[in-house]
Amino acid sequence: MHFIRRCGLSRLWGSVAALVLLAGCGDSWNDPRGENLGSGSVLYASFSDRPQFMDPARSYTTTSYSFIQQIYEPPLAYHYLKRPYELMPLSAARMPEVLYLDGEGNELPPGVPEEEAAYTEYRVDIKPGILYQPHPALARREDGSYRYHDLAEADLESVNALADFTQTGSRELVAEDFVYQIKRLADPRRHCPIAGIIAEYVEGFAEFQAHIQNTEGVPMDLRGLSMSGVESLSRYRYRVRLKGTYPQFIYWLAMPFFAPMPWEADVFHEQPGMAQRNLTLHWYAIGTGPYMLTENNPNLRMVLERNPNFRGQPYPDEGEPGDEGQGYLNDRGRTMPFIDRAVFSLEKESIPRWSKFLQGYYDLSGIGSDSFDQAIEYGGGGEVGLTDAMEEKGIVLRTAVDLTVFYMGFNMLDPVVGGYGERSRLLRRAISIVVDYEENISIFTNGRGIPAQGPLPPQIFGVREGEAGINPYVYRWEDGKAVRRNIEEARELMRRAGYQNGIDQETGKPLVLYFEAVGAGPDAKASLNWLRKQFAKLDIQLVIRATDYNRFRAKMRKGTGQIFQWGWHADYPDPENFLFLLYGPNAQVDTNGPNSANYKNPEYDALFSQMKNIPNGERRQQIIDQMMEILRRDAPWSWGFHPVSYILSHQWVHNNKPTTMSYNTLKYRRIDTESRAVALRDWNQPTVWPIWVGLGALVFLILPALVGFLRRERERGR
Amino acid sequence: MIAYIIRRVLYAIPILIGVNLLTFMLFFVVNSPEEVARLHLGDKYTTQGQVEAWKQEHGYDKPLLYNPEAAGLDGLTDTIFYTKSVRLFVFDFGNSDSGRNIGHDIRQRMWPSLAIAVPSLILGLLLNTTLALMLAFFRASYLDVGGVVLCVILMSVSSLFYIIGGQYLVGKLLQLVPISGYDTGFEAVKFLILPVIISVIYGIGSGTRWYRTLFLEEISKDYVRTARAKGLSEQWVLFRHVLRNALIPILTGVVVILPLLFMGSLITESFFGIPGLGSYTIDAIQRQDFSIVRAMVFLGTVLYILGLLLTDISYTLADPRIRLR
Repeated sequence: MHFIRRCGLSRLWGSVAALVLLAGCGDSWNDPRGENLGSGSVLYASFSDRPQFMDPARSYTTTSYSFIQQIYEPPLAYHYLKRPYELMPLSAARMPEVLYLDGEGNELPPGVPEEEAAYTEYRVDIKPGILYQPHPALARREDGSYRYHDLAEADLESVNALADFTQTGSRELVAEDFVYQIKRLADPRRHCPIAGIIAEYVEGFAEFQAHIQNTEGVPMDLRGLSMSGVESLSRYRYRVRLKGTYPQFIYWLAMPFFAPMPWEADVFHEQPGMAQRNLTLHWYAIGTGPYMLTENNPNLRMVLERNPNFRGQPYPDEGEPGDEGQGYLNDRGRTMPFIDRAVFSLEKESIPRWSKFLQGYYDLSGIGSDSFDQAIEYGGGGEVGLTDAMEEKGIVLRTAVDLTVFYMGFNMLDPVVGGYGERSRLLRRAISIVVDYEENISIFTNGRGIPAQGPLPPQIFGVREGEAGINPYVYRWEDGKAVRRNIEEARELMRRAGYQNGIDQETGKPLVLYFEAVGAGPDAKASLNWLRKQFAKLDIQLVIRATDYNRFRAKMRKGTGQIFQWGWHADYPDPENFLFLLYGPNAQVDTNGPNSANYKNPEYDALFSQMKNIPNGERRQQIIDQMMEILRRDAPWSWGFHPVSYILSHQWVHNNKPTTMSYNTLKYRRIDTESRAVALRDWNQPTVWPIWVGLGALVFLILPALVGFLRRERERGR
Repeated sequence: MIAYIIRRVLYAIPILIGVNLLTFMLFFVVNSPEEVARLHLGDKYTTQGQVEAWKQEHGYDKPLLYNPEAAGLDGLTDTIFYTKSVRLFVFDFGNSDSGRNIGHDIRQRMWPSLAIAVPSLILGLLLNTTLALMLAFFRASYLDVGGVVLCVILMSVSSLFYIIGGQYLVGKLLQLVPISGYDTGFEAVKFLILPVIISVIYGIGSGTRWYRTLFLEEISKDYVRTARAKGLSEQWVLFRHVLRNALIPILTGVVVILPLLFMGSLITESFFGIPGLGSYTIDAIQRQDFSIVRAMVFLGTVLYILGLLLTDISYTLADPRIRLR
């Protein structure tokens, strides 16, 4: 009995009350935001994959870009509002000056076509007065020497994060920092993912790479080495010389690879003991952009704060038609950034992420397949809208077609589906008709995609609208829209190819094709079964050869696969970046290039070589039209679809225009913090009564046991 | 006992080498160093030269297990297996394939894992023991039968159901605690309440049933009958005699998992956004970061061996009749 008194109800109630009180610290009990993160204009968002690298020489993933593009400023950037995407100066003072040179390095005389240039030189002027964010690598002593460039191991004993260095400094951005970064791209120890392709174009780049590769003990600070094609001309001007012409280079200048890097950062981070504490440029950034990374814990949270040294930038005063009506131009001319801090929390699972968005604790969200029906409904005409529940909360939906293509490719080296004869061509076209991507999009992506008519996504130069833009081998134009050709037409193509009713007329054997699948888990199974069903429409037996991604890639490199699915996301919004996926010299088997179908058509290749070097205009459009016709006729891919992103935001988030090309969007966004505070209070009132009911039920359950125990004790006492 | 501990430690060496070899072989049966390099460098534009440079820098440019070109013992030591494994035995885990210091990451991530695992273990142990004692007390009654049925039901439900259901009910509907997330210091407490409660509830079914069985086995022994014959109260018999004697198997179960608490729980940490060690290994497997996989398997093996050793030692403390020789 004493035991029960000691550990009984009073303590239980006390413990529960303590828990409840503990939970109740703060305005709302369920507020997941740290108290020290909540003041000022703060944006809260999530990320599901940890960023891999913060070093602009190495970083090449969407997740990493969503952070580093707020920090690093390449010379150019994409206009936030204009579509099609348009380049504009960012850290550059103006658009680069382009000079076409002969073999001697002299400017081409007037009248000589640009394509005949031996070299192209880009001269970039940068804005004076741009300052780096406060950073310990730039901290100096009174005598001008760097405060943290000669650290001993003992100096790092209490250091675990960059914030543990008490002093910071800054300096002005100079042209030499851009040159220095290009040298870093060539350093094999940095593992720049696009170094191979840069070496093809930038004069002296390959030689620079080879020098470092073949020389022992080259320091990480590369200032002592020079690259013949890249040079600083003055404090605010540098040049990059390309071999021949490559107009797409202008887009490269908008990629973080070409953002400036101060040499001091390398010297600082390469000191002994820094790597052991993960204090490397892979994980810490140093830039001139509107934000700086103040908390870098990719396992929990990444925090960006306003860079106090940022010069400020005016919000765009023009956009595309319709932007005014959607409120995107309300802040025209105002100085950016608007947000003081952005907190990105790691959220691996979609269910808690979605719930927290609905509670208002995340300002932005995508839509997972499991919450799609809760968020989106389609009108009678197929138009996309929000459900009533979302409308009531004032949630806003924005959609944008990604500059991405997911396609089903045919290996052109394969004896059955490959080759350039009429038989295999008809077979591929028949398959392209029956693999119904409208259905696929509806079933597997909740309607978030548009069927592709070729490799080029909408908003890329070269795409024709309306009837002129359809793939006539797969679609017909009826009642003002593209309609997939019917199965009978596909069967007719099969008959002409000599595969009537799925039987090879030459051998009398059923036609069996092989699909190289990545993974065969429950998620993939439904999709693969669907694919089998599509081929069965033509009585073709489709055998799924499932493997992991590594083996799949090995098969693709060796050219041993037959039919496969893959995708491509644009590096830059130019047709060259898609059409080169089918350029013969890029065949994966020969050069490990991006042409995974190993498609080689001399006519197409010749047109590609012309197209890539000329500016957008009627001539380029005509060449692209010819290329599209060749591709559609040969059908090395079944053209698949272009995904559409659905982005939700709360009513208090402004200027949230979807963009799939650039990621430096944080500075444009604005948060109405008062409106958010009111909504959060209304939406997150704790419901306490179930606790008391639960405790009552617990007592109700325990009581009979207690009574029974006491009764037994009494009985034993007698 | 000292000799016993030394012997067990020496036994651990071949086990660790074996586990390390097995991990190595399993990993490289599926992935070649070439593929690992390509995965880390990305799909686009990667040249063979870049792949070779990456392999060289990360020590993947050697043969896997045997180097036929090297003379004598170097044939075994100038290999990926040897160079990647030998440092593990001094707990130098080196850098991950993506360049982060593994030891630093482990030290950083073990605390959130412990913050969930330790309270869950202690509360679960207390609750399960209490409930099991209660069922043992009311053995063969409706309460006992009902309790066992309830335990079986609790055991049969997937942990995922508890997590998603708990988040939905407590975090979303009642809005009593955050649905997921984590913070440092005292702020972490509000994030730990729900995962700890769910972990405890999830363990009630199996824990209570197991302990009940242990208690019932003890209750039927002669010394308990003797104690009752002496006129001792039932609570005295249960708490003073039965509980103490049933402690040995309970200790076995608890002590063996104590070191593994560091390793965290994959599902709980993933759903609650806890930055612990639970998801570290899985993330590494997905990213094909062999350095982390190897380090975590090695650490897990060491901790498991340590757990078994501690269990043996705890026997001697719980039962004076047991001697380790």
